[in-house]
Amino acid sequence: MTDQTQNLGRSLLETDARTRKRNAAEARFKAFGVAAIAVALLALVVLLTSVVYNGASAFKQTYFELDIELPEAKLDKSGTRDLEVMKKVTTIGYAPILTAALEAAIEKAGIETTLDKKAIGGLISKEAAATVRNAVLANPEIVGTTQSFSILAEGRIDGYFKGRVTLESAALDSNTSPEALMLAQALADAGYADTKFNWAFLTAPDASDQRPEAAGLGVAILGSAYMMIVVLVLALPIGVAASVYLEEFAPKNRWTDLIEVNISNLAAVPSIVFGILGLAIFINFAQLNQSSPLVGGLVLTLMTLPTIIISTRAALKAVPPSIRDAALGVGASKMQSVFHHVLPLAAPGILTGTIIGLAQALGETAPLLLIGMVAFVRDYPAAYTPEAGLFGEASTALPVQVFNWTQRADPGFVERASGAIITLLVFLLIMNAIAIYLRRRFERRW
Amino acid sequence: MNDMRLMERAVDMNETKIAAKGVQVYYGATHAIKDVSIDVPARTVTAFIGPSGCGKSTFLRCLNRMNDTIDICRVEGDIRLDGEDIYDKRVDPVQLRAKVGMVFQKPNPFPKSIYDNVAYGPRIHGLAKSKADLDEIVERALRRGAIWDEVKDRLHAPGTGLSGGQQQRLCIARAVATEPEVLLMDEPCSALDPIATAQVEELIDELRAQYSVVIVTHSMQQAARVSQKTAFFHLGHLVEFGETGQIFTNPRDPRTESYISGRIG
Repeated sequence: MTDQTQNLGRSLLETDARTRKRNAAEARFKAFGVAAIAVALLALVVLLTSVVYNGASAFKQTYFELDIELPEAKLDKSGTRDLEVMKKVTTIGYAPILTAALEAAIEKAGIETTLDKKAIGGLISKEAAATVRNAVLANPEIVGTTQSFSILAEGRIDGYFKGRVTLESAALDSNTSPEALMLAQALADAGYADTKFNWAFLTAPDASDQRPEAAGLGVAILGSAYMMIVVLVLALPIGVAASVYLEEFAPKNRWTDLIEVNISNLAAVPSIVFGILGLAIFINFAQLNQSSPLVGGLVLTLMTLPTIIISTRAALKAVPPSIRDAALGVGASKMQSVFHHVLPLAAPGILTGTIIGLAQALGETAPLLLIGMVAFVRDYPAAYTPEAGLFGEASTALPVQVFNWTQRADPGFVERASGAIITLLVFLLIMNAIAIYLRRRFERRW
Repeated sequence: MNDMRLMERAVDMNETKIAAKGVQVYYGATHAIKDVSIDVPARTVTAFIGPSGCGKSTFLRCLNRMNDTIDICRVEGDIRLDGEDIYDKRVDPVQLRAKVGMVFQKPNPFPKSIYDNVAYGPRIHGLAKSKADLDEIVERALRRGAIWDEVKDRLHAPGTGLSGGQQQRLCIARAVATEPEVLLMDEPCSALDPIATAQVEELIDELRAQYSVVIVTHSMQQAARVSQKTAFFHLGHLVEFGETGQIFTNPRDPRTESYISGRIG
């Protein structure tokens, strides 16, 4: 009785010690939460800034705009325009022609330079000779005429226009010199050199260690796309079928429990283990081509399956049992109730899980290293060839290309690797956007 | 309905639709229904009453084998629909459920249009030969569900957008669309307000003309209002089964009397 009167006597306007303590704890917890989010955001900003800062320049590239004379005496001695004969002239034969064209441009612009012929030729990328040679072989009629070409500048010169290389750093670099940079600047002022958007970065294949300026992601993007097709076509139906069976049809006994535990464990298995499995089964046992998107896709399918199964089962579990009852109550069979009612309702969750699984697979590197996708590939893989079958030709993948480029010595590859990371992130963003769009769309069906 | 059918009805007024004998139900180790025997008459509303957990819903779900979907549930004894053992190995529960429709406690329309909700049953059982046929079946079912006038202008609006009472009547319409012979209702009004309840009760009374209705209810007033026969369940036993009037005015068992006068439950 006395306690009660004391309680009644307390004013609501003053907080007691207990309440104060409780409120303080809540305020502390909120502060921790805000701090955690702030740290995460900061880390994200730092990561994105550094990647964009290093990589944005990969999307621009310096080219020389030159009128190149294609002398018949050097390129087609026979004068017959016979491709077999013309192919005997290698890129080494083309290099002097490019140097001569650059020298002509220097003279025309009235630029004074102390550089010798070899150093002037060094301004041009080693890839450029191949570009011109391919153009000539594709169209032999242009031999003997003068054509204007956009040819790649050497990596250091390109770096100078992007601010990566300076006159001071060039003085310490045995591959270039301050004079070369000044010459390039003068050429640019005269309109012979130009930095423009680098489509080749997205379409060209990889290039060797010495020519970062020519390296592109074309093969890697195609290889990743092929692998995603394989993963989607295999993992989605298998994963959904497995989860529908386990969730709706399978008896709940020790065996299904065991399978369930194992699926959860598989989701936590390090991805490189899947790579070893793929190497043993698909390449050594099944004799599929190594480095091929088919094998890569199969390995990533194995890796993605647990993710898809777990999210699909969660989506199926979230469908209210009353819907199943309703369907069974009007005389639908188990399968009809699942396929007509439960699965459509679970579709948004299944799609989200699948796309998250795909995004994970797209960014996976380790298992692909083991099945040989780390190889240097200069040729586009075909989707189908009679010899290699479906997706059987050697290819690389986006994350492996990043891994590859970060290992190379030439500083030009730092920019390329960061550019590749940006490309990969853009692909992931697109996939997540699709996931969100699909989920919204399907959920809007009431 | 032609007159001949009506004549037949009048003749077999007291025929037994469902005969259950010595039914035992186990959930794992729990003995949920203990030796229940009951004869559900045709074209009558039979109410199951009793306190929560007494097994009346469990027993109801035995009548169309909905308990089959629960792994740990085991049913023993003999339940016959028109003299045929529904737990016979040759009986496909899907066919049985087309004959014995069910309406659930919570209105559970499919997240589809009103039309598709009702048309689903006839579609999967192949009752309609053409689109016009199906339209007719849907209209008839919705009329029998006493909801036609409210939804006829928006048949393609989502069924989940209706009010609770309308949803429940839609579910009843869905259940009658497959032309069942028995309609099981598991507390069909427990999620509804008094006005919707009154509408559903009125509907149940109309349905009696064509179906055998078995209704589980917590409300004794409801049982008294809508049913002709009442069964009182307690702790898994069928305590008393008889005419509704007799159960409520002159119960034979003291437990029934205690329950209806509010002393146990």
